[in-house]
Amino acid sequence: MLGKLSFSAIPLDVPILVGTFLGVAVIGLAVLGAVTYYGKWGYLWRDWLTTVDHKRLAVMYVILAIVMLFRGFADAIMMRTQLALAYKGNPGYLPPHHYDQVFSAHGTIMIFFMAMAFMTGLMNLVVPLQIGARDVAFPFLNSLSFYMTLVGALLINISLFIGEFAQCGWLVYPPLSEMQFSPGVGVDYYIWAVQISGVGTLLTGVNFFTTIVKMRAPGMGWMQMPVFTWTAFCTTVLILVSFPVLTVTLALLSLDRYLGMHFFTNDAGGNVMLYLSMIWTWGHPEVYILVIPAFGVFSEVTATFSQKPLFGYKTMVYATCSIMVLSFVVWVHHFFTMGAGANVNTFFGIMTMIIAVPTGVKIFNWLFTMYKGRVEFTAPMHWTLGFMITFSIGGMTGVMMAMPAADWILHNSLFLIAHFHNVIIGGVYFGYIAGMGFWFPKAFGFKLNEAWGKRAFWCWFVGFYLAFVPLYVLGLEGMTRRMNHYDNPDWYPWMLVAEVGAIVIALGIVCQLTQLYVSIRDRNLPENLDLTGDPWNGRTLEWSISSPPPAYNFAVIPDIHGLDTFHTEKQLGLKAHGKPLAPIHMPKNTSAGVFIGLFSFILGFASIWYIWWLAAIGLIGIVATMILRSANRDVDYYVPVSEIEHNEEVYSRRIAATQAAE
Amino acid sequence: MKKLWRYLPALPALMLSGCTVDLLQPRGPVAEMNRDVMVAEFVIMMLVVVPTCAATLYFAWKYRASNKEAEYLPTWDHSTAIEYVIWGVPAILIALLGAISWWSTHAYDPYRPLQTADNVKPLNVQVVSLDWKWMFIYPDLGIATINQLDVPTNTPLNFQITSDTVMTSFFIPRLGSMIYSMPGEQTQLHLLASESGDYLGEASQFSGRGFSDMKFRTLAMDPAQFNDWVEKVKSGSENLDDTTYPKYAAPQEAAPVQYFAHVQPDLFDGIVAKYNNGMMVDKKTGKVMHMQSASNAAPSDTGMKE
Repeated sequence: MLGKLSFSAIPLDVPILVGTFLGVAVIGLAVLGAVTYYGKWGYLWRDWLTTVDHKRLAVMYVILAIVMLFRGFADAIMMRTQLALAYKGNPGYLPPHHYDQVFSAHGTIMIFFMAMAFMTGLMNLVVPLQIGARDVAFPFLNSLSFYMTLVGALLINISLFIGEFAQCGWLVYPPLSEMQFSPGVGVDYYIWAVQISGVGTLLTGVNFFTTIVKMRAPGMGWMQMPVFTWTAFCTTVLILVSFPVLTVTLALLSLDRYLGMHFFTNDAGGNVMLYLSMIWTWGHPEVYILVIPAFGVFSEVTATFSQKPLFGYKTMVYATCSIMVLSFVVWVHHFFTMGAGANVNTFFGIMTMIIAVPTGVKIFNWLFTMYKGRVEFTAPMHWTLGFMITFSIGGMTGVMMAMPAADWILHNSLFLIAHFHNVIIGGVYFGYIAGMGFWFPKAFGFKLNEAWGKRAFWCWFVGFYLAFVPLYVLGLEGMTRRMNHYDNPDWYPWMLVAEVGAIVIALGIVCQLTQLYVSIRDRNLPENLDLTGDPWNGRTLEWSISSPPPAYNFAVIPDIHGLDTFHTEKQLGLKAHGKPLAPIHMPKNTSAGVFIGLFSFILGFASIWYIWWLAAIGLIGIVATMILRSANRDVDYYVPVSEIEHNEEVYSRRIAATQAAE
Repeated sequence: MKKLWRYLPALPALMLSGCTVDLLQPRGPVAEMNRDVMVAEFVIMMLVVVPTCAATLYFAWKYRASNKEAEYLPTWDHSTAIEYVIWGVPAILIALLGAISWWSTHAYDPYRPLQTADNVKPLNVQVVSLDWKWMFIYPDLGIATINQLDVPTNTPLNFQITSDTVMTSFFIPRLGSMIYSMPGEQTQLHLLASESGDYLGEASQFSGRGFSDMKFRTLAMDPAQFNDWVEKVKSGSENLDDTTYPKYAAPQEAAPVQYFAHVQPDLFDGIVAKYNNGMMVDKKTGKVMHMQSASNAAPSDTGMKE
């Protein structure tokens, strides 16, 4: 009846997990209690859970990303603490069974549910606003994508308390992940969590690709598109091409595990090399899916806070596009040590190095954007400068490993771990946080606290170097990744330094939380309020409307004449368009996404535990909801002119009041 | 406290002194090449990275908003000359690195046999990764070990590598390049130890529960000592053949070192063949054929069917 599920699946014997469960339960009940106490369930359901508004989905994505950051970071500091203890016969406090789950979950969560969710959140908030669109091309799919991501995140976190998670790394390499070596449910949790969220990501890709291609404001040609939108576009192309590969790869692994097939097994013709090649065909573009939008953020932030246009816009676009293309011809550098021939290895090595050229060009472009500008050291600019330095170093170590002859000794070492954290923290994370600070006022109508933002930056910046420079050294000392304990006395002091670094990063996270708290507390102070919708003297269209924008974003779709039209018009003192207002066609909220998400969760959870009747209910539920949704013709409405007029009037009064105050 | 800070910059040096930085202190020509390539790259890349980081800080400081002295060009966003430089310089450096890459990847391809000046006969070692230990078979000497690799110095080492469990990676940091071990596959690696010593050997690809203890000592010694060692192993009584192999291949964490005085000649081929429906590459003809009919295989039931 319950498949593999029984009471023994609940790890009551692991005190860390019981404590975590109690903590999560208390916080969860407190949140639910508060919502009930303040009578906010209706509001939450109508305005948030069933919303198809890209700006609100953006907020929910970023909240999910921040919660997942806590989870992923908790895993990280647990690993560092284990390795600071587990030296010379001391087994530490995490036995391999638990430790192996921790490092597998850390990677999976940080990439799929922290970084991807954050990136999708930023794209959701900014892209439609930057191209002058009223929503994305497929608003309902956008809601569905969010729920698919959320369900993946839920499944992976439930594995903490029911059953176990995968113990074979974040890419679950077979044959270790095959039934023969991993008979538990851990790998199945991984497969279902990643597959379901992968559907969401693919739909996001389709959605934003279409939005950017079809819904740009009139006059906005490709070369008038803001750089962040360009980077979002390149990312969607990468998603469209690479995510199906991931889906197929994991589907084949599922066939092995569920139906006893032999794609990647040791025997009967299975081949692990096939899996490596396929997973990295997705995996390498994935890195660029994450970092290219961060490049977009840095471009916007640097130009705005240097009070100058971006240096070499065209170059930036070409560089981004070449990175996009090149990212598909480098995947073999993840396994130079598999025994490929010298020509193959050289080809992929050189292609990888070539990526350093457009990436270097980008750094120089930001550099020359600051040149002869007026650089304001806001918190987002701090993250940007920290990025430029950290990413240069990370790029250098990346090029080092792109050389097969060097990779043959650096592969799988802690040097590698240091390298990719160097680019993922220094590039992706710094970028997203800069973006969050930059666009926060647009989403909420008030700014984030600068002082706490800068404190957070310094903790992260210093903490990063303390945590990861030791790993570079340890890599050179021959220490490999994913070790649970060790005896080498040379490694021990560096592990202690890395632990200190992790603690400093933890302080950075505390500063970020404090920043959120202080900002919300002081949101009504005049210096924090964003009444004009243009707090930074911005350049692109999102700053031409009120903060937060109305549901329909633009009362009148703007006409575009060139790059940074909004900024040009602002300089010339042109006041918007005398176009007449017309009723605006908007999509209605829908609960279909919530229900498809719910049934997907049931399908995933039931399949993980082999509860087939329940899985059938989940599958039928998904299909039935889809049919009902497709049959529903009541999916849209018109915003009447009177309402638009009212909103516009409030907005212009606020602008007038601000100008008078100045 | 103040004084302590003054010594802080010296701390990394202090921490490294007396330490072995394996990858920077090679003990063989392959590892030397690995290191030289790595260091050369580091230096070449530093030519760009250091000025870039310096310029980042300098520009940000010089053009800070509060510095009204500095020139401000609020619309300047293009310069063809600068564009040439920022595309050109990285391109030239990458071309240089690409050339080094082509040369080093071909010259030190792990599959390429090494040769010494005096044409020393290479030593063949068959490596089998198990859960969670390493088995080394010396096919020409008829002996085998677990978790200890003894090799003569200044002798080319020809490794044939496979796995009788999951995939992992065979790595002796101070001798250089690593190669994956994979079930049903035979990968190759060619190394050479130029100095005697006791070097760490490890599995560098995570392979499950006992992975952290999947280490072996690599003892490089001069050829005379090595011959003594071989004789010592040969004087033992343990045999490694189809009947005893399953016992030693069974999963084990932190497995102790073990010597085998006799090894069944086709053992390694059998381990590879069992994941290939009994097929193997005949060493004499180069043809893929069934284990049973291969010319160098003793006719025996390996007892290792799937």
